[in-house]
Amino acid sequence: MVIRVRDPFATLLGLQRAMENVMGSDWFGSRTSGSGAFPLLNVFTAGDDFVVEAELPGVKKQDLDVQVRGDTLRIQGKKTIAYDENASIHRRERAAGQFDRTVTLPDEIDSARVSADFRDGVLTLRLPRAESAKPRTVAIN
Amino acid sequence: MASQVSHEVAPREKRELTPAEERTEAGKFFSPHTDIHETERAVLVTMEVPGVSKSSIDIQVEKGVLTVKGTIDPTRYESVQPLYTEYNVGNFVRTFTVSPKIDAASISATVADGVLTIELPKAKEALARRIAVN
Repeated sequence: MVIRVRDPFATLLGLQRAMENVMGSDWFGSRTSGSGAFPLLNVFTAGDDFVVEAELPGVKKQDLDVQVRGDTLRIQGKKTIAYDENASIHRRERAAGQFDRTVTLPDEIDSARVSADFRDGVLTLRLPRAESAKPRTVAIN
Repeated sequence: MASQVSHEVAPREKRELTPAEERTEAGKFFSPHTDIHETERAVLVTMEVPGVSKSSIDIQVEKGVLTVKGTIDPTRYESVQPLYTEYNVGNFVRTFTVSPKIDAASISATVADGVLTIELPKAKEALARRIAVN
């Protein structure tokens, strides 16, 4: 599904629908390898690059460790929740602890050009495809 | 090792609003995971709103109801196409009934790393008092 619309809300709606479709279908098992671990990941394509996104609210930047090797991506870290000792708890829905997840991407990654951004509790990784993995046009004599 | 495993975070799906609380605006709305705890002086509401920047948070108190709404920036998804998806993205909204013992005028909020903390100070009359026995 191609999303190329001007209206930002149309963009979001289109994306939400597309994501719903991908989530709902199990066609050829087009899923992240090793799914079912924290954090949940979304993998997008942007041109030749992969964009991986994870929601990690409450995780400190310094507690996050991201490694890329070949076509595998590893995200590990810890999330701590600290409240005043004397506080009485009315409701607890947030979860804390350690996490370590590895996923395999469809292609080799150029690990030297990977960039990571952590803003408002969302980790966004831009993983450029390695030159060797890009398709090459072959000239026909 | 066993203790390490027990501390692992379990992945959880975001809770989408049920039809009863659905909104008129288009798009998906999620109910953020929230902790509420009480200290001597205030009630603190801590909610996870990943992807919502400081300027996109709207907090209102009206007729004893606290409404928190956070909108994400859809432009970040303009040039990408989903390949594998494990969670959907959308805005957040949640409402709470606030006790009349809360001093509504001095509610304050802070946000850091996608976690919003709202401090609801108790009204003077509601503060616990230690009574000395003569």
